[in-house]
Amino acid sequence: MAHRPKLAVWKFASCDGCQLSLLDCEDELLAVAGAVEIANFPEASSAFMEGPYDLSLVEGSITTPHDAERILAVRAQSKFLVTIGACATAGGIQALRNFADVKDFIAAVYASPQFIDTLATSTAISAHVPVDYELHGCPINKAQLVEVISAYLAGRKPAVAAHSVCIECKQRGNVCVMVQGTPCLGPVTHAGCGAICPAYRRGCYGCYGPMETPNMPALTREWRELGADGRDIQRALRSFNAWAEPFRQESEAHDD
Amino acid sequence: MQAFKADTSGFALDTAGLQRLFEVLAEDGYRVVGPTRRDDAIVYDEIGGITALPAGWTDRQEPGRYALERREDNAFFGYAVGPHSWKKFLFPPSETLWSAHRGDDGVMTVAVPERTADKFAFIGVRACELHAMAVQDRVFGEGPYVDTAYAARRSNAFIVAVNCAEAGGTCFCVSMETGPRATQGFDLALTELIGGDEHLFLIEAGSEAGRRILERVPHGTATTEQAEAARAVSERTASQMGRSLDTRGIKELLQDNPEHPRWDDVAARCLTCANCTMVCPTCFCSTVEDHSDLTGQNAERVRKWDSCFTMDYSYIHGGSVRTAASSRYRQWMTHKLANWIDQFGTSGCVGCGRCITWCPVGIDLTEEVAAIRAALDEGRSR
Repeated sequence: MAHRPKLAVWKFASCDGCQLSLLDCEDELLAVAGAVEIANFPEASSAFMEGPYDLSLVEGSITTPHDAERILAVRAQSKFLVTIGACATAGGIQALRNFADVKDFIAAVYASPQFIDTLATSTAISAHVPVDYELHGCPINKAQLVEVISAYLAGRKPAVAAHSVCIECKQRGNVCVMVQGTPCLGPVTHAGCGAICPAYRRGCYGCYGPMETPNMPALTREWRELGADGRDIQRALRSFNAWAEPFRQESEAHDD
Repeated sequence: MQAFKADTSGFALDTAGLQRLFEVLAEDGYRVVGPTRRDDAIVYDEIGGITALPAGWTDRQEPGRYALERREDNAFFGYAVGPHSWKKFLFPPSETLWSAHRGDDGVMTVAVPERTADKFAFIGVRACELHAMAVQDRVFGEGPYVDTAYAARRSNAFIVAVNCAEAGGTCFCVSMETGPRATQGFDLALTELIGGDEHLFLIEAGSEAGRRILERVPHGTATTEQAEAARAVSERTASQMGRSLDTRGIKELLQDNPEHPRWDDVAARCLTCANCTMVCPTCFCSTVEDHSDLTGQNAERVRKWDSCFTMDYSYIHGGSVRTAASSRYRQWMTHKLANWIDQFGTSGCVGCGRCITWCPVGIDLTEEVAAIRAALDEGRSR
């Protein structure tokens, strides 16, 4: 068989959900294993191959001095680096620490805080090293992950749209929940999930982070029209993608 | 065979007759699609018979707001238009155009998926929607490059129109001269008459196919009073339009004012979410996605609904041409109401009001046009 690119999967501060979506590709998993050489994927195998790696999938955010060093080493060994998920692309839910003093959390949570060595912030991988491609979502959509790997193998651009969830929602035939009175983040949120929540009559939670050109003030004005207050808006925006710039800025505008 | 005059005062159908119409269409192999209540809205879906119709419901529509309400009567078609349009059947949101396979011998084969000759019978098509289909017919069915799949679905379709008895809060078909009465483009057209113990449908045939189907459905001749009542329904609806759009000189109004400050004003409100274009029954833009699989042996090209509100839409070498929301909204509205006339000889707007109702922040294109016109009028009078 011809040279198979070496694939490595790396974990930083995260829940493992995104890299597990690779294992969750039951139908495609053999094809993945056939197309690439899985050189480092601790969730799947204890076998480990030395770098360099052709394609690195990086999950998780940078929250410790140790990880801030480690990501430099990963980058140095990776020809093509793709970040997967909200933690790696935006800092994740753990970036809520960025809005407060992390020392207070450490004191409140740990019996022996002197053992904790952590950074004041949780930040995206792209804040530390150049990233070749970012795949959004909490968790990522496994079909999109397969699309990104397939596109990498073919040397083409992945067919991953950066527009609003609304387009997927309408393509799916959903009835707009926002127009029916439920505040929804869909109009400012990056597509990719297939508009799951509105399909079940819930407003979008923004799991895929900001869409390409989000108009945050226009959306939150309408949320207030629908009865949401500043706290509702702030809580909605401060979840998995709280530190994504448009969400962060807008959440800070609703401190009332 | 009964002599038939197209301009007859028409025939009358009772609810059993309407049910029979559904059955006859199904017997002829049609997928019968019509209005039904789902997710607190009236949507278009496959329906088996009259029990699936949204009897006794109407819709209350305002910019960015939609809600169902009970009617005082049990009318089947007592609503305006909902979030769906017939476009989703004739021009599906996602369609595989072709797929390719490279065999072990390196030989590439390309296959076009079997076009199921979807034969739809659409029940409850409104006058504005007939006009919308006619607009898309020009886009997809005329010129040197005919979309054959669209054309096949379209020519197979059997259309049962319904004359609106209720104008929605965002309707303006009278301004666009597309309704509320269906005058062309249907096989059968119904006007619902309900009152007292009577629940009837005045029915007229608009095509030979319509005549043949009607012959197989038990019906009577409409009385003069019924015919008169049906006309009154359309007149009353015409007087109830929730919105109006002054179309005088609209082509020049928009084409001559690309730098009007109103574009920035609307951009401050516009989410660039593309909902208006998705719900528009005439918006026809699509993108193609090329996918190859992990083995590199299989590929396919998928066409999907696209929108001039996305960045990718105007992406050319070096970046997107329309990065500002103002330029995207301007592109959409100017194309819809002005450039469309140059391109297709007709307005791209049929006055259905969907873009107004289903805009999450309630941007009203009739208001935007009026604001541009008013600002210019004010400038002139100074």
